[in-house]
Amino acid sequence: MIPSQFDYVKPASVDEAVQALVQAGEDAKILAGGQSLLPVLRLRLAAPSVVIDLGGIPELRTISDDGDRIAIGAMAPHHDVLRDDLVKQHVALLAQATSTVADPQVRHRGTLGGALAHADPAGDLGAVALALEAEFVIAGTSGTRTVTAADFFVDYFTTAIGEGEILTQVRFPKYTGWTSHYEKFNRTAQAWSMCAVAAALRIDGGTIAEARIGLTNMGTTPIRATGVEQALVGQSATADAVRAAAEHATEGTAAPSDADAAADYREHLARVLTGRAVLAAAG
Amino acid sequence: MAQVRVTVDGVNYADDVEPRMLLVQYLRERLGKTGTLIGCDTSNCGACTVSLNGQSVKSCSVLAVQADGTEVTTIEGLARDGQLHPVQSAFNECHGLQCGYCTPGMIMAAVDLLGDNPDPDEHEVREGIEGNLCRCTGYQNIVRSVQRAAQLMKPGASVPTETPAPVAGGN
Repeated sequence: MIPSQFDYVKPASVDEAVQALVQAGEDAKILAGGQSLLPVLRLRLAAPSVVIDLGGIPELRTISDDGDRIAIGAMAPHHDVLRDDLVKQHVALLAQATSTVADPQVRHRGTLGGALAHADPAGDLGAVALALEAEFVIAGTSGTRTVTAADFFVDYFTTAIGEGEILTQVRFPKYTGWTSHYEKFNRTAQAWSMCAVAAALRIDGGTIAEARIGLTNMGTTPIRATGVEQALVGQSATADAVRAAAEHATEGTAAPSDADAAADYREHLARVLTGRAVLAAAG
Repeated sequence: MAQVRVTVDGVNYADDVEPRMLLVQYLRERLGKTGTLIGCDTSNCGACTVSLNGQSVKSCSVLAVQADGTEVTTIEGLARDGQLHPVQSAFNECHGLQCGYCTPGMIMAAVDLLGDNPDPDEHEVREGIEGNLCRCTGYQNIVRSVQRAAQLMKPGASVPTETPAPVAGGN
């Protein structure tokens, strides 16, 4: 199908983009990589009057070392993120999860910021951003503000990005020397996660000193499995200890029931995949 | 109307298009490049895969205006001087198709994969063509074709009669 008619704007700076967004009002849509928006437009699930393409703002694609953080432009394509040396060295979990997103064609176009702003609870990158305590830089008419990952994900397809605001950058603290793994469960190629677990560990002398665990598709937003994290700290990463800690994985979750899986099956998956993710991260 | 200036299969075009026009529509309906197929409405099937600045994309999920200033290669631009691209030859040789509907997109995805990874193992081939659906072959001969193409494209390979044509934009 063909999208309904819209006006197209391609601003050359973030300021211009914010102005265009304010002018267009609530009927506007931001176009990042377009890999979720274009299908939605084609199926006419959305019919914006104006589409604002951020593809003309090169600085939104940069990935840089920002001291104690890695700063990733919101328009950095998945393909760039997962191959970037800074990301692989300091935020390996993000590179690992990004390599599982959709398929190569979609990873060439789709962007980190677009995926996070879209906030599909089955999307893979929200759980990583939440577990790794990323910061979101959001630009509006009165300048920029920074939102923590815990405050960014509000609800199903809903984030802290307000009207007239644009996500410009996502900053990840450095997890240099941590080990990590993203364990994704789906049944067919390029399918969304039925459930997935993001795990990062700091292991010191054979003992888990710190743990970060995020869950994908176990509620209306990504979920941080703090119960698992607490149970892991101080343990050595044996199969028994990890499985015992993984029993906490469903605490605070509200798994959906849909055509892919019933809630109780997702809860089972969350426990099993948490065990696998942590053991794989521990090596 | 918005203007799009784009190089497709080595030819420069400048056209006024509606912003809502998809790249695949532009290629097929405006330029007559009907070798690029539309197989689904959901961005899943990959039949419309083309190369945009050297990277594979699903042309149903790109607006024509987004291709402004870029270089596009479709399945119709792969052969050089009547000689098939090695990936095309390999699909022919290994019978990497039955009905053929997925083939243009499958070949464009395979060209991209081999540009990235010139010697993929079977698992890497299957991951590399994950964005392309085939409902006939069970993928077996497609995987063989891609691995055969990798052999044909190796520097110094004696088998092919043609030299591998790089995709516009390079990888």
